[in-house]
Amino acid sequence: MKKLYGVLKAVTCFVFIMCVAVVSSGCSVNKKDYIINVSYDPTRELYENYNSLFEKHWKEKTGESIEIIQSHGGSGKQALEVANGLEADVVTLALEQDIQAIADAGMIDDGFTDEFPDESAPYTSTIVFLVRSGNPKNISDWGDILKDDVGVITPNPKTSGGARWNYLAAWYYFESQGQSEDEIIESMRKLYENVLVLDSGARASTTSFVENGQGDVLIAWENEAFLSMLEYPGEYEVVVPSTSILCQPTVAVVDEMVKKHGTENVAEEYLDYLYSDEAQKLEAENYYRPVNKDIAEKYVIQEDERVIKEVPEDGRWMVNDIELTDIEHFGGWKETTRKHFGDNGFFDRIYE
Amino acid sequence: MRKENKLVKWIMISICALFLFVMLVLPLGYIIYTSLSDGVKSFISSVTDEYTIKAMKLTIITTLWAVGINTVFGLCASWCLTRFDFKGKKVISALIDLPLTISPVIAGLVFLLTYGRQSVLYPLLEKFGISIIFAVPGVIIATIFVTFPYISREIIPVLNSIGTDEEEAAALMGMNGFEIFRKITFPHIRWAFLFGVVLCSARAMGEFGAVSVLSGHLKGLTNTLPLHVEMLYQGYDFTGAFAVSSLLILMAVVILILRNILEKK
Repeated sequence: MKKLYGVLKAVTCFVFIMCVAVVSSGCSVNKKDYIINVSYDPTRELYENYNSLFEKHWKEKTGESIEIIQSHGGSGKQALEVANGLEADVVTLALEQDIQAIADAGMIDDGFTDEFPDESAPYTSTIVFLVRSGNPKNISDWGDILKDDVGVITPNPKTSGGARWNYLAAWYYFESQGQSEDEIIESMRKLYENVLVLDSGARASTTSFVENGQGDVLIAWENEAFLSMLEYPGEYEVVVPSTSILCQPTVAVVDEMVKKHGTENVAEEYLDYLYSDEAQKLEAENYYRPVNKDIAEKYVIQEDERVIKEVPEDGRWMVNDIELTDIEHFGGWKETTRKHFGDNGFFDRIYE
Repeated sequence: MRKENKLVKWIMISICALFLFVMLVLPLGYIIYTSLSDGVKSFISSVTDEYTIKAMKLTIITTLWAVGINTVFGLCASWCLTRFDFKGKKVISALIDLPLTISPVIAGLVFLLTYGRQSVLYPLLEKFGISIIFAVPGVIIATIFVTFPYISREIIPVLNSIGTDEEEAAALMGMNGFEIFRKITFPHIRWAFLFGVVLCSARAMGEFGAVSVLSGHLKGLTNTLPLHVEMLYQGYDFTGAFAVSSLLILMAVVILILRNILEKK
């Protein structure tokens, strides 16, 4: 009996410690002098810079200090984590559909694309190729990456937002060549047969291509491609294809969480300030296309060049001579997701 | 015959040595080499970076919680399982081992489903302002889960082998439960217990899978050292990633030395 008493004492002790643990750490989370920005993979550098800009701006505007805590990962995975309770105040994801998933979970009010200018996409990007120096496989457009001896790196469209843009950009090229749906699927199948590594996120793909030396061409976000060139001068070239897609990474305030945290104002301002001149310049310097036309103009490349061998010293990197399609062409994200990326969608038929 | 034996011996030894070299010494050495390739200065600046220090703090806090709670749990469990007979004892014994065989990712997902926003428990937690998932408690719970067999697994065999004679004698002489534990049982299991603690802390510090699912990768908030390494690596900061890795290796080596000391006891 006494032995049992000892055991009971220990168990009580254990339960008590557990309670203290949970409550103490739970409480510390509720004190809010920070907001959480859940973003997608390639924006690490952008938001590192933007956060210090914003922290300064907020201090000047309100006199309060604020800290921004970042989380990065594949866009779809990040959206899922927010829907599962990751306490993001703002989300800055790769595509509208991922934010829609959070809205579907009831955490973001409808109409989030109208909340900020330009469909709530303060910067845009497009899809380009990154090839190894000297372009040994002679890749200049989408058709070239279907050749048998070309190794392609692109992430998995099931998990990565960037990969969906890649997929759609490729689709559009074949469509603009006048191919029928069956022919496009055949071309896409050829493309995905050439894929050597199907990573879960854009950044993991870049690492596969750059650090692990896999493949001949990386289909990548424009900003990601330029960043790789910057990190490894002289080792890579950016090839801008003749057609691509206008990628609109959407931003939104997570209404449920800001209400809970009392961070409505700062979250709103955080996203709004992305449209300010300073921030738009910063975005352009990080190789995103700013929506402010006047500012974007200053970054457009001068020569008629589609292959960029090194990061231009004058900061003019933007190739404007591309035929860009957009998601509307595919009937919006909802339709596209169902048709292409859902179970038994086109992608499942293409990549078996 | 004698010669042949010698030959076999040397072949075995060289296979062993080669294997260890290729699988362990080479990669670890390479990591330390890379982390120092940009000079000691950049090594020190990556190791003393604000976020590295925050990650280290979290790792240490998590390890302390995991070891603390698993100590209590491990002692209770091993005591129950060796000193009492009850229905379902075998089941409990098997359940304790589950974290060893289950993939940590699954462990993470299980907690995500149980305490996440989509769970039925969530409104209740919400009401009390408790956040578990994607917060520090989630990281701690995940770590506790993957480490809980370590301490009890070390103690149970020892308790089984010493039997209950001494304890029964002490009980007859009028000692209470706690005294018996302190004066009779604990001295027997002391070294096994410490050995378990060491293994448990090693595992807790290095845990990646389950924590990765539950942490939400919040930089400076829920990033433990292993997650921080991944983040640095994906942020092109290879020197930083390897510097922090060598920090983890250093902690592991210290634990290894402790383990060897304990093993001799």
